[in-house]
Amino acid sequence: MEFFRDVNIDFLGKKWYFIAFSLIFSVAGVLSMLFWHGIPWGVDFRGGTLVYVKFSHTPDLGAVRQLMDRAGLRDPKIQTYDVASNNEVLIDLSQKETSEKAIDQGQIQIISALETNVPAGKQCGAATGAIGGCDLNNASSLTIKNYLMDHDPMHLGTDADQKYTAQTQAIVGYRNKTGGVFNSIDQLTGNGVDPAVVASLKDGFFLSDFGVRHVEIVGPTVGAQLQKQAALATIYSLAGMLVYLGFRFEWIYGVAAVVTVFHDTLITVGAFSLTKTDISLTVIAAILTLIGYSNNDTIVVFDRIRENIKLMRREKLSDIVNRSINQTLSRTILTAGLTFLTVLALFLFGGEVLHGFSLALVIGILIGTYSSIAIAAPILVAYQDWRISRGKRPQVLAAKVK
Amino acid sequence: MNTNFLWKLGAILAILLIFLFGIFGIPSRFSAPALAKAVTDHIHLGLDLRGGTHLILQVQVNDAVNVDAQNAMEVLKQQLRSHKIDYADIIQPDQPNNPDHIVLKGVQAGARTDLLSIVQDHLPEYDITGGADNNWTLSMKPQLLTDLKSKAVTQAIETIRNRIDQLGVSEPQIEEHGLGQYQILVQLPDVDDPARVKDIMQSTAMLEIKQSLGGPYSSQQAALQAQQPVGVLPPDAILLPGHSNPGTSQESEAWYVVSRVSAVSGKDLRDAQPSRDQNGQPSVSFTLTGDGGQRFYNFTNAHVGDSLAVVLDNKVQEVANIKEPIRDRGEISGGSMSEQTSKDLSMILRSGALPAGIKYLEERTVGPSLGADSVRAGVRAAIAGMLAVLIFMLVYYRWAGVNADVALILNLIILLGFMGYFGAVLTLPGIAGVILTVGMGVDSNVLIFERIREELRNGKTPPSAVDQGFSHAWITIVDTHVTTIVSAAILFLFGTGPVKGFAVTLTFGLLANLFTAVFVSRVIFDWVLSRKQRGEALSI
Repeated sequence: MEFFRDVNIDFLGKKWYFIAFSLIFSVAGVLSMLFWHGIPWGVDFRGGTLVYVKFSHTPDLGAVRQLMDRAGLRDPKIQTYDVASNNEVLIDLSQKETSEKAIDQGQIQIISALETNVPAGKQCGAATGAIGGCDLNNASSLTIKNYLMDHDPMHLGTDADQKYTAQTQAIVGYRNKTGGVFNSIDQLTGNGVDPAVVASLKDGFFLSDFGVRHVEIVGPTVGAQLQKQAALATIYSLAGMLVYLGFRFEWIYGVAAVVTVFHDTLITVGAFSLTKTDISLTVIAAILTLIGYSNNDTIVVFDRIRENIKLMRREKLSDIVNRSINQTLSRTILTAGLTFLTVLALFLFGGEVLHGFSLALVIGILIGTYSSIAIAAPILVAYQDWRISRGKRPQVLAAKVK
Repeated sequence: MNTNFLWKLGAILAILLIFLFGIFGIPSRFSAPALAKAVTDHIHLGLDLRGGTHLILQVQVNDAVNVDAQNAMEVLKQQLRSHKIDYADIIQPDQPNNPDHIVLKGVQAGARTDLLSIVQDHLPEYDITGGADNNWTLSMKPQLLTDLKSKAVTQAIETIRNRIDQLGVSEPQIEEHGLGQYQILVQLPDVDDPARVKDIMQSTAMLEIKQSLGGPYSSQQAALQAQQPVGVLPPDAILLPGHSNPGTSQESEAWYVVSRVSAVSGKDLRDAQPSRDQNGQPSVSFTLTGDGGQRFYNFTNAHVGDSLAVVLDNKVQEVANIKEPIRDRGEISGGSMSEQTSKDLSMILRSGALPAGIKYLEERTVGPSLGADSVRAGVRAAIAGMLAVLIFMLVYYRWAGVNADVALILNLIILLGFMGYFGAVLTLPGIAGVILTVGMGVDSNVLIFERIREELRNGKTPPSAVDQGFSHAWITIVDTHVTTIVSAAILFLFGTGPVKGFAVTLTFGLLANLFTAVFVSRVIFDWVLSRKQRGEALSI
C-alpha cells in the first residue's frame, strides 16, 4: 500500500496561505493570553489548594458552593471533573488561601465543611481514636487502626496489632474498590471484615457522602520557582537545539528550526489560553516533547535538503526545497499519523489526569508537522533570497556535508 | 545462512533474554497474576499510580547560620572585653535574610590592629571590613557559608530519615530537591494521612534543661514586675512561655524566667523511651551520655534546692526541684501528655534535633483509588495506541511491517527492562512516555522503509536498495534522536517527580530504538534477502 507516490506539490508557492494560517492562530492565541483568559497556569505554577472529591450521588455544585461560603472560604472555583457519571468535583482555592505556615489548612476546612452529617455532639479524636464522629469515607488507615486497637471488638490478645492491621487493610481496600466512597458500613460484612468489627465501626464512625481522591497543595514559593524553571527548561532546550543544528548544518538551519519551534509553542500555549485549560507541570513536559518532535520533523526535511543540494548543484534553492519536502512527504505524513494515533489513544483513554498532557500533544503534533513543511523550509529560501537581494553570494546554504 | 547472521541473531536473543529478566526476574509461576506481581516487583510504580504523599520541605538554613553567628557574637564580645576595646553596639542588621552579617558599631579609635587579630585568631571563618564612623562589618566567608547551609540540609535529611524509618513507612524516598534552594523532597508511598508524619518531621525537638529563676507568672508583664530592678530581666536570663499546674484542672498559661545557658541539651541524650511518671501519666524518660551526665551532675550538685526547667522547643515543659545531684537520668512529664505524644516525642528525641526549622512548600496526596484508576486508564491507552500502530504497519508495509512490529515490540521490552535494572519509577506521564516512544520509535522504521521504497523506484536491486535505505536514513535518525534526547535531558534536570519519570522513559525508549529499528531491523532484512532468489521482489 502506498499513499503518496511521486507527489509534486508546490509548497513554496503557497507560502502566503501558510503565513496567513499561522498568523491567524498565533495572533488569536496571543490576544487571548494578553486580553482574554491570560495564561491559565495550573496549580503547580500559581500555587493554591486543589481538592478532588468524589460524591456517592450526583453532586449539587450550588450546595457545595454554599457550604464553602459558610466555611468562610473566599471564592473557590467549583467544577465537575471528568465525566459526569463519576460524580467528581474539583474544588480550587486560590493561592491567597494557601499559607506556608499551615499548608493544609484549606484542605482541612474544605473537608470539614463538606461533612454535613456529623452526628450531633460527636467529634473525631485523632490521637486516642474516634469517639463517634469520625468519617469512615475520609478516615486514614491509622485512625481506623487506632480505633480498633482502643476498642478491641474482637477481644484479641497478643496478636491484636497484626489482626487489626489486616482488618484495617480490608476496610480501606473495600473503600478503594468502591472508588473511595461507600454508602453503608454494613457493606463491609462479607468483604473480609469481621462482623464484630463492623458493629463496632457503626458506633465509632459515620459515613459522609464523599471521599477525597486527590489533594494538591502548592505554596507560592514553589509556584514561582517552577515558573522560572519551566521558562529556563524551554530556553535551554531551544538553545541546545540551535547549537546542535549549527554544528551539524549551518547556523541558519538552527535559526529556522528555533523559529519554527517557537511558532509551534506559541500556537499550542495559545490554544490552552483560548480553551482555558490549565497548564500544569505535565503540560510543560508535553510542550518540551513537542519541541523535540517538531524539531525531529524539521531535521528530516533539512537532511534531505542538505543531500539534494549536493546532488542538484545547478538548480534553484526553492526547487531543491520543494523537491525535498515532496520526497519526505510520505514519511512526514506517516510518522505524524502514527504518532497522532498513539497520542489520540492517550487523549481518549488516558483519563482526566492526562487530559492536558495529551491535548498539548494532539495539538502539537498537528502543528509540528505542518510547521516543518510550511515554516522551517521556507525560512531557508527567504534567507537565501534576502542575501541575493543584497548582492551576496548564495551558496552559503550548501551546508556542511557529512 | 552464514555464521555472521547466526552471531547477530544470537546477540539479539541474548539481549532479549537479558531485558526480559529485567522486567520479570525469574517468575515463580507462569500465570497472569504471578507475572503481574513479578512486573511490579521489578518496575516500581510512582506515587501517582500507587497512592501516597509527596512533600516538598524548605530547610530554613538561616537558622543554622544564625546559631553560628550568635556564637560568633558571644566570642567577639568576650574578646573585646578582655582586650579592653570599647564599642557602642553589636547587631545583626538583617537577621532574617543575612544572619551572618554582624555589625560592630562605634568601636573606639585605634583599635584596628587588635580587632583584626581577634577576628583572625578567634573567628577565622569570618571576613571583617571597616566602614564609616568606626563601624566594622563581619560576614562569613562565602564558601564556608554555602558549606554550612548544605550541611544543614544533609543533616536535616538524615534526621528526617531516622524519624520516618521509625514510623515504619515502606520505601520512603528522602532526597535533596531543586537546584540549590535548600529544599527536600519526601515521598511516602501508601501514606494516606500525612498530618501526623508531617508533625513528626517538622518538630525541631530542641530539648534544653535550664535553671529556673522564677515563675510561674500569669503574664509577661507580671514576670517583669517581679524582677529587681522592676521591668528589667537579669542579663543571663530569658523569659519563656509554659504552663502552671500542668496536668491538673487549674492548668493555665504561664511564664517562667530561666537561665540563658543550658545545663544540658538534646545533643547530650543517649536514649529516650516512653514511660510513666509517678502519677501513672505518660512521660518520656531519657539517659544522658557520659559527658552530658558529668555536666548535669556538676550542675545539679551546685544547685541542690534550686529549680530546674525542662524546655522543649523554647517552651517550658515542666519545673522541678533539685533534691539531690542527678547524674545521667531524667524524665519529661508535661502532665497533659498523651500516650501517642510520649511515644512520638521519645522517638523524635532519639532521632536527633533538626539543625534548622523546616516549612512545607508543597503537599500532594494521591488516594489509592485514583492511582488504580490511572493505571487502568494508562494501560488501556497504551494497548490501544500500540495495537493501532502495529496493525497499520502490517497493512501498509506487508512483510516489512512484520519486521517493524518485531522491532517495536523488542523496543518496548528493552525499555521496560532498562527501567527494571535501573530501578526507574514508572509514573503516569512515564506511561505516556512509553506510548510516545512507540509513536516516535516507529518513525525510524518509516524513514528507513520509505527510503528503501524510493531507492527501489529508482531502479535499484533489493539488496542495494536496503543497503542505501539504511545508510541514508541512519544520518537522519542520529540527528533526530540526539535532539529529542537533549530535550529529555533538560526535562530531567528541571522536572520533578512524574515529569522526571517521563524524561527517563523517553530517553531509554529512544536509546533502545536506535538498536531495534536500525540493527535488529537490518538483520531481519538481510535474512529475508538471503533467502530470496536474485531479482525477486521485496515485500515492502
